[in-house]
Amino acid sequence: MSNKLKILVPLKRVIDPLLKPKISASKIDLTGLKFTTNPFCDIALSEAIQLKEKNSNLVENIHAVSIGSAKSKEILVAAIAKGANSASLIETEKSVEPLAVAKLLAEVAKQQKSNLIMLGKQSIDSDANQTGQMLAALLNWPQATFASKVEVSSDGTSVEVTREVDGGSVTQKASLPMVITADLRLNNPRFVSLPKLMKAKKTKIDTKKIEEFGTDITPRLEVEKVEEPPVREPGIMVNTVEEFVAELKKRGAL
Amino acid sequence: MFRLAQRIKFSGLAPSRSVRSLFTADKYPVKRGNYSELNAEDIKYFESFLNSKDLLTDKKDLDAVNVDWMQKYRGQSKLLLKPRSVSEVSKILKHCHDRKLAVVPQGGNTGLVGGSVPVFDEIVISLANLNKIRKFDDVSGTLTVDAGVILQTADEWLRERGYIFPLDLGAKGSCQIGGNVATNAGGLRLLRYGSLHGTVLGIEAVLPNGDIFNGLSTLRKDNTGLDLKQLFIGSEGSIGIITGVSVLCPPKSNSVNVAWLGLDSYEAVQKTFKLAKNALGEILSSFECVDRASMEVVDAALKKHDMEAQQPLESMHPYQILIETSGSNSEHDEQKLNAFLENSMENELVVDGVVAQDEGQIQALWQWREGISESSGKWGGVYKYDVSLPLPVMWDLVKAVENRLIERNLQSKTDSTKPVYATIGYGHIGDGNLHLNVCVREYTKEVEDVLEPFVFEFIAKHNGSVSAEHGVGFQKVHALQYSKDAGALKLIKEVKNMFDPHGIMNPYKFIE
Repeated sequence: MSNKLKILVPLKRVIDPLLKPKISASKIDLTGLKFTTNPFCDIALSEAIQLKEKNSNLVENIHAVSIGSAKSKEILVAAIAKGANSASLIETEKSVEPLAVAKLLAEVAKQQKSNLIMLGKQSIDSDANQTGQMLAALLNWPQATFASKVEVSSDGTSVEVTREVDGGSVTQKASLPMVITADLRLNNPRFVSLPKLMKAKKTKIDTKKIEEFGTDITPRLEVEKVEEPPVREPGIMVNTVEEFVAELKKRGAL
Repeated sequence: MFRLAQRIKFSGLAPSRSVRSLFTADKYPVKRGNYSELNAEDIKYFESFLNSKDLLTDKKDLDAVNVDWMQKYRGQSKLLLKPRSVSEVSKILKHCHDRKLAVVPQGGNTGLVGGSVPVFDEIVISLANLNKIRKFDDVSGTLTVDAGVILQTADEWLRERGYIFPLDLGAKGSCQIGGNVATNAGGLRLLRYGSLHGTVLGIEAVLPNGDIFNGLSTLRKDNTGLDLKQLFIGSEGSIGIITGVSVLCPPKSNSVNVAWLGLDSYEAVQKTFKLAKNALGEILSSFECVDRASMEVVDAALKKHDMEAQQPLESMHPYQILIETSGSNSEHDEQKLNAFLENSMENELVVDGVVAQDEGQIQALWQWREGISESSGKWGGVYKYDVSLPLPVMWDLVKAVENRLIERNLQSKTDSTKPVYATIGYGHIGDGNLHLNVCVREYTKEVEDVLEPFVFEFIAKHNGSVSAEHGVGFQKVHALQYSKDAGALKLIKEVKNMFDPHGIMNPYKFIE
């Protein structure tokens, strides 16, 4: 097996994480809002690029892939500007669930002959946190989720990953091929350089319709309703300890 | 929170406490005016109608209002009053007028020229308790507020309703709208929305004799008589206390884009500005320029606090600009911005740059610009000059000042025995407004003598203004002659005397 890394980075286009969409008629209203790369995907991409920059002999290429509408091309162009070698889009207007996404990505990994898949631990819109794990299972590859540090051995055969777990961190080692999902503290993505972005716009992005893959993308889940979390009621000020205790008793907390 | 930007709080970077200012009265040649001294009867009178919480005489409470934000000016007031209504303000002023007690109105106390703190024992009248949003017309976008409403509070309130406040500035989290209007604050979006002389539609103010001037119109057009409200905009508390303001608010832009660009010469900055005006037209909402020294100061200030932020650009270009567009159609705006960026790079005006990909990056880029002012005080103190100059000579002033300091061996980044740490320039190119900051380890006469009157003479020579948006206050009262001729000064003085015959309003400042 070749020791060179061929990294696949899946990217999802999501609503800008700092924006708050309105909910109307049990639907999230996204009209007119800014979209961007899912921040966890961006961190995964940034880590792949840093691996390449640190050791160019180790990484053969980075391929970015997105599943979504034609507008997802924007985030792929940005990925190329940041340092991905190539990018492809699986175009669909439909919403695709984690299992279908994982199946499609497994297909892409085979086509690209990838031996390392780095992806975000979850997307900030659906918060499913499933795709990476399902993908590892479908490919029967080892997986390291919630990575906060990634180190590739000098011969490029194994990877040591520090993972964030409850109350601390765990460091695990696995041999390639493998799947890594990125957590928040892995790195801080950089700004995209404008000259590189201009150049990236001229790069061809390989686009295929989702139907060409023959994967079953029929939804298995049904959204019953969407609602805002209840608004927290304002607190009250008490003047004495007695009053405080009485208030607690009244509310059944004591 | 997903970006470094959110983890960095520039707001913690207030000037270091190491430089304790002396009393202004001891530091500068100024004599107390012929005012009455506050006595027990006065206090008793104020107590008769003010809530006890709103009348403060404790040293602890007064310390905070006696000193300005930069800790450069320190007054000796013995009384802080915090009225809760316009009629309370009126009663206070009428009494002070009758008794000839000097007063200083105070908003958020974020001013940079010592205008909001007492010089001697003036009574501090804080507007902080006049803090209600009075009304808002959703169709015309006219907002009427109490003077003490904090700028950011009003802006957030408006944003929820699809509008924004037409003024935006670094101190928005603490400054008050009354103070903004009284000082005619300029800020970051003047280029797009114009000055307060245009956006303020009406003003309610209490005159020194206690009369209430009700000019709280919400009309855009009103050609009846003299436009008296204009006198209060930029009056710095010299003719009355603003208690209410109505202002025309523009709709919130759906689409905001920010680019940060690196340029190799000031020549290129000017050419890029011209290009931006043509290519971006009505969506251009900010055009800010900062020099390399400014970026280095922010970087060093963050490091001092064990914080680090990613510089927008990989290499430190001598001039860096922030361009913001605000429009209603994101695709349309992006197209315009991209065309402009391509054009400016093809013409080799812009050599490097980044475009914010999301709101987090927009905020991160703005923090690099807005963080400069706060960072500049981290070495002990800062001499701030806020000047209007013709664009071609703007940075000549920065270079001339820095050369003078270096020639006299007063500036060094590494040698801490030198009083000056760095000389930096940044500002609103779109408004012809430069901020020249001389970051110092201590305030010294030696440095002051190098700076003044040199800076003011330079400005006078180029027909600029010694105060573009910070006002006159205590700091620049002697420098007015460099921007206004004797005839104008005489007229200002006469107007002031007509409103305030006893001279009790914010004395020792604004006009000699």
